[in-house]
Formats: sequence, structure tokens, C-alpha cells
Amino acid sequence: MVNVVGLEDTLAAHPFAADMDAEALRTIVGCCSNAVYHPGDYLFREGEPADAFFLIRHGQVALEIHVPQGPPIVVETLEEGEIFGWSWLIPPYRWSNDARANDQVRVLKLDATCLRRKMEADRTLGYELYRRFLPIMAQRLAANRLRIVELATEPRPIRGRSRG
Amino acid sequence: MDGMPVPARLADPMVPLPFRITRVIREIDGVFTWRLKALDGAPFHYRPGQFNMVTQFGVGEIPVSISGDCREPDTLVHTIRAVGPVTEAMQALRTGAVVGIRGPFGRPWPIDAAIGSDVIFVTSTIGLAPLRPLIHEVLHRRQEFGKVVICYGTRGIDDIMFEADLHAWRARFDTNVHLTVHSAPSGYRGRVGGVAAAIHAARIDGLSTVAFVCRSEALTRQAVNTLGERGVTPDRVWVTLERNMKCGIGLCGHCQFGPSFMCKDGPVYRFDQIEALYSVREF
Amino acid sequence: MRRATVPLAGPRPDPEGLAPDQCARTPDGDCTGMTSDPALLTRDGLDALLATLHAEGFRVLGPTVQDGAIVYDDVARVADLPVGWTDRQDGGSYRLERRGDDAVFGHTVGPYAWKRFLHPPLLRLWRAESGADGVRIATDPPPAQPMAFVGVRACELRAIAVQDAVFLHGAIVDPHYAARRQGLFVVAVNCGQAGGTCFCTSMQAGPKASAGYDLALTELAGGFLVETGTTRGAMLLDRLPHRPATAAEREGAAAIVARTATAMRRHIPDPAALPELLLGNLDHPRWDEVAARCLSCGNCTQVCPTCFCTDVTDTTDLTGATDRTRRWDSCFAVGFSYIHGGAVRPSPRSRYRQWMTHKLASWVEQFGTSGCTGCGRCITWCPVGIDITEEVAAIRDAPAAPTAAAP
Repeated sequence: MVNVVGLEDTLAAHPFAADMDAEALRTIVGCCSNAVYHPGDYLFREGEPADAFFLIRHGQVALEIHVPQGPPIVVETLEEGEIFGWSWLIPPYRWSNDARANDQVRVLKLDATCLRRKMEADRTLGYELYRRFLPIMAQRLAANRLRIVELATEPRPIRGRSRG
Repeated sequence: MDGMPVPARLADPMVPLPFRITRVIREIDGVFTWRLKALDGAPFHYRPGQFNMVTQFGVGEIPVSISGDCREPDTLVHTIRAVGPVTEAMQALRTGAVVGIRGPFGRPWPIDAAIGSDVIFVTSTIGLAPLRPLIHEVLHRRQEFGKVVICYGTRGIDDIMFEADLHAWRARFDTNVHLTVHSAPSGYRGRVGGVAAAIHAARIDGLSTVAFVCRSEALTRQAVNTLGERGVTPDRVWVTLERNMKCGIGLCGHCQFGPSFMCKDGPVYRFDQIEALYSVREF
Repeated sequence: MRRATVPLAGPRPDPEGLAPDQCARTPDGDCTGMTSDPALLTRDGLDALLATLHAEGFRVLGPTVQDGAIVYDDVARVADLPVGWTDRQDGGSYRLERRGDDAVFGHTVGPYAWKRFLHPPLLRLWRAESGADGVRIATDPPPAQPMAFVGVRACELRAIAVQDAVFLHGAIVDPHYAARRQGLFVVAVNCGQAGGTCFCTSMQAGPKASAGYDLALTELAGGFLVETGTTRGAMLLDRLPHRPATAAEREGAAAIVARTATAMRRHIPDPAALPELLLGNLDHPRWDEVAARCLSCGNCTQVCPTCFCTDVTDTTDLTGATDRTRRWDSCFAVGFSYIHGGAVRPSPRSRYRQWMTHKLASWVEQFGTSGCTGCGRCITWCPVGIDITEEVAAIRDAPAAPTAAAP
């Protein structure tokens, strides 16, 4: 049981769980495990079942999109204190990109099947989790829209003749 | 700026002085830096944030911010992005060519407003050029400021400008550089995301921070909002705006922004003082 | 420069070089009227005035009839002036007509303002020639001959004062304007009638000249009542055939100006409130309505006596030399606000708003005075008859909820 108490503290210390009531914490910690990834490891890959989501405790995770001709493209990196992975919330529960560790990454991994079952059974818990997820999703969406604005408004450089 | 002579008043402010390009540096695709010396050998004194009107004879004149170190007045430095007919022609100039310079114009960055505070610089791609003299000056006077943070974003890893500077700044123990790119090839170990993410990652103490922002007008609001989320109020955020500057001396009317002539009352503004007009569309 | 018995024209020792000497000045630099008794000048006396100005070395400019309009140009004698002509003006309309008498100044202002002489529409700023060791840049010498303006209306005196504020009283002086302004001799005329689009009373600019002239005339049946504004004016008057004006003539002149003032049909009440009103209504629906009529032709800016915006063009000849030319520009042109990527003010709505808020509102903060003199030219010469006084009234009568505070 010592182990479980440790996990609960770790979970409570992550910004995602800030101010979460003790009962909800206890409920979800049952779906929670620690995981460590080494540089280059995939946390998940596009198309695989989305069976978890991740709270980063340490390290940097790169979200990558595979392109047919050339190396995958990193479109976003996430760091300590952030969360990622919401495909577990939305059918058909499959990852839409790859996630890879850029360095040694420690995460809290929350089992999706376990969480979905508990949220179905306890709608209050479901609301609590959605309440924490939605603002982050909205923020990321808004940020990405502004990234599009930035890329769209950046003047196209005229290549110098000397560079061919 | 102590001991720095105030630029002399020009005899005829519309007549450029000839300068020779002593070196051309290709920065990134379509962006180049000129190092220039006055033909008469006179030093060129300016303050961080000021700009010149630069003429390629026979082609035209454009406003360009000064991107050097104002403690080295013997060399004038301009960084230019080729985006139009004049800048495209300028891109073809080589060492030894003579161009015309009028200036310096505009209100400089108010460096003294940040004395005793933490300082954050927020910019992207070529926006680092107008901030560069200010960063140099802050680092020359490093002991007068608290933490120094540089948040710099570019499209990709090939668009990072002034890499030597960024390396030097990052290597200092008293300066934090938060670099971010919008995308990178797999295996890149740096941050990928928007400038907003870099600001958040900097974990600044908003209450004791003064921000200097040089972003496109479309993204200035985003930078101000993100800084606001970190507790930096708009009265401690200095931004630059852009209008069609033609004369540099407030006499041609082109760069008006409400009551202010951006070429002489700007281009640096404290955001809370322009927020209302900034929000009016097509103003 | 010819030698003159009294050096009215010519280089002035005053380093500013612009002030007629011994002119009592307001803090704004305006010349205040002097208090010497008015004189009466006959029509022959007016001819003598023109001749004397010429003899003193001035380029003498005054109203003439050209192309069916009153146009300021070189004048040598009274016969060159629009004797017996008047104008009929309304929104979008201007006609010259014969008067029933032979009044010399029986018209009001035409399409051209005096600014074309002080702030030329086209001006070479410099010429650059490439040489062995770089580039040689040369400028044209300033005009050698000082100018005398004859027939300057009160609204135009105000306009000159407004452009003085723009070009002379800021941190940076426009050397071209300064060179032309230097030694300018001004013969004002108090208006004997109100033009159809005039509203100078609203802008406290006229119809009586109150400052900024050397001599001011009021046309009477039997000649011209002359008031002197400067020592220079008094010295010139001394050399003309004149006599002291009678009390009746003085009263007659005052009555003429008073009648002109009351005849004005257009008004902008309380212009001091305009900066707050207009800058507080930047999203008023009226801007859309005026934009639906505005053709963005820029006529208003070309005829306006205070509009000062310019652009520059570089031209290269076959020898490789470059001329940079300055020309009047207009905030109604889309390219006026162009920065890489597009124009800041692409819509006619935003361009009309820019012009009007600049003229009536932001000008005050920029230069300490309104940019409008009430001359009415922008109303007369607008091809669709947009009337700035009507536009102000529409916004004043139905102010929208403020969207932007006046800074």
C-alpha cells in the first residue's frame, strides 16, 4: 500500500490535479501508474489504440506526424507539468500522431479503459475530468490557430540570386 | 544611455548620407545583414530600437531598423528581409556598394523603464533584429537588471537568425534563452510550438518583469495576452508597431496612427497607451 | 536682388528667418495685428501696391481667372485680378459668374490654396550621381526670390499658420517650406461675402483676418480700407498713395465683415469637442454611410489648404543619375498605408475616417490646432458633394456607444 500512497501524492502534485478533491483523486489514482521512457522511445504511435493519457513529471515529449517522404515532423513539444493525449476520450480511441521521448521522460500514465469505466459509473468524476481537459484542449486549439496566423502572415522571403 | 552622444540634427533631413557596404552576411533564406561605414568615416550614433531610411540609389528607399550594437558606432548594421522590389534589389548588392542612409529616426526602446526589473524579450524571426541592440545594451549593463529572458520563435530550424548571438547568450549564466520553432524534423531536441509556449515555459515572475515585444502586429496582441497570463500588465509591455514610414520625420503623414506619427512618436509604444486604438480595425 | 530704399524683401538677419521684423507675436508665433489707424487706398493705390512689391523684388501672386476658376498665379496689376467676377459654390459645384460691379475681391476661395507655393505639389529633393569614389548628392538651391501673396483670405491665413505648425514649429523643420516661407509678404483681404460652402466662423478663422498678415484690405465701394499688421506692412503703405480712413469707412468695413459672418450657411458647432467626439466614435455606422458615397478620389485632400502628406518617387536617367521627387499624396489612396502584405486601410470607410479624424481630431494633439479652417473647399470640390459639416453633425446627433477612448 505504500506504493499507492506515493502515487497519490505524485498525482496530487501535478498541475493537472491541482485542487482536485480527495475522493476523485483516490478514484483515479487506481488507474494510474508511473512510467519512464528513454530518449527516442515512442510513448505511442499513430493508429494504435488510445489506451492512456499522460501527465509529464519530467522531460520533454515530442508530438510527431509521420510524412511519407522524409523524417517525421515534430509539431509540438510538451514539458514537465503538461499533459497530452486526448484520443482516449473520443471514439474510436486511436492516437492521431506519434509521441516520442526527447530525453529521459517520467510520466504518470492513466489507463484509459479504467478511467472511462469509472467516469461512466461516476458522472461527477466524469465532469471533473472533462472540466480539466476542456480548457487545455481549447487553449491548445487557440494557440495552434495563432500559429497558423503566424505562418500565414510571415512574409515569403524572396530568395537571393546568389543562393540559386 | 550614459555617455552616448545624442544624434546631431540633420541639415536637410531628406538628403541621405552615403555609406559603403563593408560586409554582406547571409542570415537565412531571403534575409541578409549589411555592415556599413560612412564614406566620410564619421561614427553613426543611435539608440536601440531606432531605424534608418535606407536608399538604394535608383531603386528606392525603405525603413530598416538598426540591428547592431550601439556601443560600436563605427559600424552601422542593418538586417533586411527581401520581401518587395526595393529589398529584392538590395539583396543583390555586394560588398563595396554605396547606399544612402537617413536617420536615426524613431523613439528608442525605453531601457531605463526596466532598471531593477526582470526583463523578457519576446520576438520571432527577423523581429530579433530591432531587439538585438537592446539585448546587447541590457547585457552591457547586466547588473542593472534582474533576470534576463529571451523568447524567440521561428518557423523552422533553418529560420533561426543570429545563431552566434543566441549561442553566446545561452552560454551566459545570467541569461535564459527560450527558443521555439513551429516544426522540426524528428530528433530535434529543442522546443517545438508557438512563442506563447516559450513565454509560459520561461516561468517569469510577472509582477517584477518588464517585457519588450517585437512581433508582427497580428501577433502582438497574443504576446501581450500571454504575458498577461504570466502577470505582466500592459503598462509594463513595450511593443513595436509598423506603418508605411516614408520620411522618418513626421512630415509626410504616411505612418499616422491616430495622433501619433509612428516614425517619430513610435515605433515603440507602451501597450496600455495604444491598446484602445490598436483594437480599432483598419485604423 | 534689387536695391530698395526700404529693404522689405531680401535675406533677413533673424536666424529663424521667417518672422516679418518687429512683429508682435503670440506664443504660437502668429503675428498680431498692429493698432495703427486704418488707411484708405484707392484702386490706383492697389496698383501701386502691386508695382511696389514687384519693385522690391517679390514674386507677386494673387487671384486670377483661369480655366473657369479663381486660380492663384503671378499678377502684375489690378487688371490681372478677377475684377467683376464672383463664384457660386455649393456641395460638388463651382461656377464663376459675372458680378454686376467691378469689385476686385468679390469672390471667395477657388480650388487652389496658397500651399502650392509654400509646399509645392512636385519638388525635387535631391539628385544623386555616381562617381569614382561613391555617390555625389546635390540639392537644388532654394528659390532666390521671396514671395508676396495678395488677396489672402482669413481662412487661408489660418491655413498658413497651420502649415507653419507642421513644417516649422516641430522638432524637425522642413527646409523647403522654410525657404519659401522666409520673407513672405502677405496682403490679406477680409471677405465681403460668404461663399456657398464657407464655415470659417465655426473654426474661428474668419471672415476677418486677425493675424499673420502684413497688410489687410477690406474692399469698399470707393477703395480699400487698409489695416497694417507689421512694421514691414506699415513701411510699404507709407510708400503708397493713401489717406486716413474716415469713421464712416471704418464702420462700413466692419459692417461688411459682420454681414459676411452672418451670411454663412454651414456650421460646425463647438469644434473643440471634436477630438473626443470623433475618436470616441471610430466604429460609428455613419462611416459606412459616407463610405458608400465617397469615391476615394482624393479631391478633398488636394484642395485642402492644410493637407500636407507627400510621397517620394525615384527616377533614374540614362546616365545613371537618380532624382528623388516629392509629390503631394492623399490618404484616400489605397497605397498610402501600404506595408508588406497589404494596406492598413483597404476600405474607403477607413480612409475617409482617417482623413476626417486627422483633420478635425488628431491634428489638435499633433499640432495644437485643428487642421480645418472652414474654407469649404472639400465640400465644393467633392464630386459627390460630401459635406464635412454634415458628417460631423450626423455623428454628433447620434453618437454610438464609444468603442475606443480618445487617448
